[in-house]
Amino acid sequence: MATGRRRLTPYLLLFPGVFWLVVFFVVPMYYMARLSLDSGTIEKGFEFSWQWSNYHDALTLYKDPFIRAFEYAGAATIIALLIGYPLAYAIAFKGGRWKNAMLVAVVAPFFTTYLIRTYAWQTILADQSPVTKALNAIGLAPGGHVLATAGAVIAGITYNFLPFMVLPIYASLERVDPRLIEAAKDLYASSRAAFVKVTLPLSAPGVVAGTLLTFIPASGDYVNAFFLGGPNNTMLGNTIQGLYLNTRDYPAAAALSFVLMAVIMVIVFVYIRFAGSEALMGEEATPV
Amino acid sequence: MEARAAAAPTYVRRESAPRRAWAWLKKRALNIYAGFAIAYLLIPIAVIIAFSFNNPAGKYNFTWEGFTLKHWADVFSLPDLNSALVKSLEIALVATIVATIIGTLMALALVRYQFFGRRTTNFLIVIPMATPEIVMGASLLSFFLILGTPALGTTTLMIAHIMFCISFVVVVVRSRLIGFDRSLEEAAQDLGASPIQTFWRVTFPLILPGVIAGALLAFALSIDDFVVSNFNSGTTVTFPLYIFGAAQRGIPVEVNAVATILFSATLIVMGLTVIQQRRAERMSAMRPQQEGE
Repeated sequence: MATGRRRLTPYLLLFPGVFWLVVFFVVPMYYMARLSLDSGTIEKGFEFSWQWSNYHDALTLYKDPFIRAFEYAGAATIIALLIGYPLAYAIAFKGGRWKNAMLVAVVAPFFTTYLIRTYAWQTILADQSPVTKALNAIGLAPGGHVLATAGAVIAGITYNFLPFMVLPIYASLERVDPRLIEAAKDLYASSRAAFVKVTLPLSAPGVVAGTLLTFIPASGDYVNAFFLGGPNNTMLGNTIQGLYLNTRDYPAAAALSFVLMAVIMVIVFVYIRFAGSEALMGEEATPV
Repeated sequence: MEARAAAAPTYVRRESAPRRAWAWLKKRALNIYAGFAIAYLLIPIAVIIAFSFNNPAGKYNFTWEGFTLKHWADVFSLPDLNSALVKSLEIALVATIVATIIGTLMALALVRYQFFGRRTTNFLIVIPMATPEIVMGASLLSFFLILGTPALGTTTLMIAHIMFCISFVVVVVRSRLIGFDRSLEEAAQDLGASPIQTFWRVTFPLILPGVIAGALLAFALSIDDFVVSNFNSGTTVTFPLYIFGAAQRGIPVEVNAVATILFSATLIVMGLTVIQQRRAERMSAMRPQQEGE
């Protein structure tokens, strides 16, 4: 009796959560798949009819925002890595008494609403702003405009997801045993060689986690393109949002959402194969 | 060796000013770079706060026109903004409470028990965190559209927010549970406590900091959520949805003031949590050391 109840306990504890995630996460995916194969219009109503051509039609029609989504997300991820890695390194190894203050600065953007942060960039990059004038003076803002360009959207995405890049890299650098670096130097490695052969490989899991945490939300984002981009900078997210909420072409919207998820999954899968899987899943809980 | 040591200072003294400046820069290049990165992170926040004191001529709050306190004086004078804030708080409170309870139970099961289906459950928890928000929002909307019920609004928003908060609560609470000392529970049971007494008197107080951390994260995620809410709100308006709607016709300065209040409040809560933790650490450090430690 007692052992029987004990065996059931984990399932009872899990039930509400698993129920919620299955009903409101897994099942909706099925409904979205079904919707993507419907035919019809919002006026006449939709009907399930294995309409595979929805995928082809949507991708042909919305090829540009589709490609832009991955271009912008890719560019923002690379820039975030170039800014984030040295920053994480500085916090982990050179922070000194400023370490905690620097970490607070990294998470501070999270203390304001996502939309307001992006709106702040709209103010910073507005035509009349000193930043735009300065960029124009050095020839980086042709025509005196920064808003409604690819650069503005990429800058916004980079900004919004930078903390997701810095924190995992910082966490993995923080765990690097300084004795290993000392040992490398004792064995006559130069500072650079010690970094390339010891520190960098040990921080790789953080880099993998950081790039994924930046790239995945960035590729589906539409807030930055909405606030900072122009009609030629819309991303796949803007298209999906518009099709679902304004045009109400649900089958096309569902098809595009599915393609977005599939492409991300393929990229993540290839990337993890290439970079090692332990980084993404994190430490598996071991039962005590 | 001695000769080299003696020669070094003269070498340094002979260096020209630009060379010294270059050496100084090279030594601090990383810190300077990090300083710029931090400025990049903080400047937009400073802009939000500064522009809450702006006195814009038109509807758009993009150019600095002059200092005024008038938008602070009547910060809660816009009925639409107020109702959006109240709606956000209402949804965040419900989502936080439900997701924290559900998530804590899941974390307990995952850390405490070895059972069939563990890996699948872990996968089910990780996958929503790795899914772009837009896909979550779109699929949930598809689900509600096809079912035709419940009508889009507060209920669907609460359902959605609970859904994406659960995984984060599990991850946070689980990380706290892993270092948990089981012998304390065994001691309680040895002293005749029932399993329920043991849970409420021993286990719960010990995991409470983790549960609070999970709840705070859930609250932050819910109150800040835009994408999933945008898809599943119907005509209901939360704070982020209000900003999105106001963007085309000009975001009122009061929004900057509210954002400044929220920012300061979060900073204060964070500060208090840190102080509380430090105090707890000091208290436990002062306790007599146990044998063998």
